[in-house]
Amino acid sequence: MKPNRLLPILLFAIYSFAQTTEVASFDYQQLQPLLHQNSESVQVVNFWATWCAPCIKELPYFEELNKLEGVEVLLVSLDFPKHKQKRLIPFVEKQKLQSKVVHLDDENENYWINEISTTWSGALPATLIYSQNRRGFYEQSFTKSELFKEVKSYF
Amino acid sequence: MKIILFAYSLLFLSTPTDLVNGDGYKIGDVATDFSLLNVDGEMVSLADFEDAKGFILIFTCNTCPYSVAYEDRIIALDKAYKSKGYPVIAINPNDPAAIDGDDLADMKVRATEKGFNFPYLQDVGQQVYPQYGATKTPHVFVLQKEGNNNIVRYIGSIDDSSRKPNKVKKRYVEQAVDALLAGKSPSTTTTKAIGCSIKTL
Repeated sequence: MKPNRLLPILLFAIYSFAQTTEVASFDYQQLQPLLHQNSESVQVVNFWATWCAPCIKELPYFEELNKLEGVEVLLVSLDFPKHKQKRLIPFVEKQKLQSKVVHLDDENENYWINEISTTWSGALPATLIYSQNRRGFYEQSFTKSELFKEVKSYF
Repeated sequence: MKIILFAYSLLFLSTPTDLVNGDGYKIGDVATDFSLLNVDGEMVSLADFEDAKGFILIFTCNTCPYSVAYEDRIIALDKAYKSKGYPVIAINPNDPAAIDGDDLADMKVRATEKGFNFPYLQDVGQQVYPQYGATKTPHVFVLQKEGNNNIVRYIGSIDDSSRKPNKVKKRYVEQAVDALLAGKSPSTTTTKAIGCSIKTL
């Protein structure tokens, strides 16, 4: 293979390596189906941000939950859009987060906060837990035992 | 399938745990006065503002990025409405023992840096914010004076674009205060926005 044909491949390889972590930015319409999945698993959706200290504290518990059979965790970041590349993606990489992470970039908070739960005032952290027959919203921080106990009550 | 999902979401609308909105003020309630320490070392009460027609009371803090993102807009609100009788009163509800950066010395630094022309009070002992039902920073309560009472007329966010100030379309607090100044009821009385949980031990 001639060098001039190898170069694009090499560049692509470098590019791919540098871009291993991708976090999708969604508006609420795009996020909404992920909050209403018809799944056999218990769905745990945590609303967080890299700057939110109590969120970061409980994040490892959600990562542990995600390893459980029958539980799927979705981490919805509310980081500022301008901080997605500088803070969110480096954080996801550094912490090696295994749960699915999406970035909610939708200005119409007054609409989607109530759509997600009428009981949510908008404070972070907050967590939605749902199964096929039950749905609960928690505007609070969890200890590990509280979180596992709550999620297990959905089985 | 969409219809099923919609019906499903309706079915569960009423069930989530209602820990958040159970307490605190609703529109039309009489708001409590307080005596809290300002960054200038003086105690401040609503009753001190004899000439005020009402207040733009904002629970906010140093450490929450959403609060910081709103600082310039809070300064602008005070500038626009203090002279019209609705001064901004900022209260930091966080327990400084629960978070670094929110004690009175930190608040003084921030107030000086940003040139706050309004009281920035510390909710010592976290006594005031639970009475109002503030759950986050920033969290706004617009109060209107009626005799010796301060009536809650608006609860919620400053505008409809916390993270992108250049994308603001609806200025909720301005609309509420403008309506009150015109002798009308605000058309939007409650809104929601993302904010930081109030930090307590």
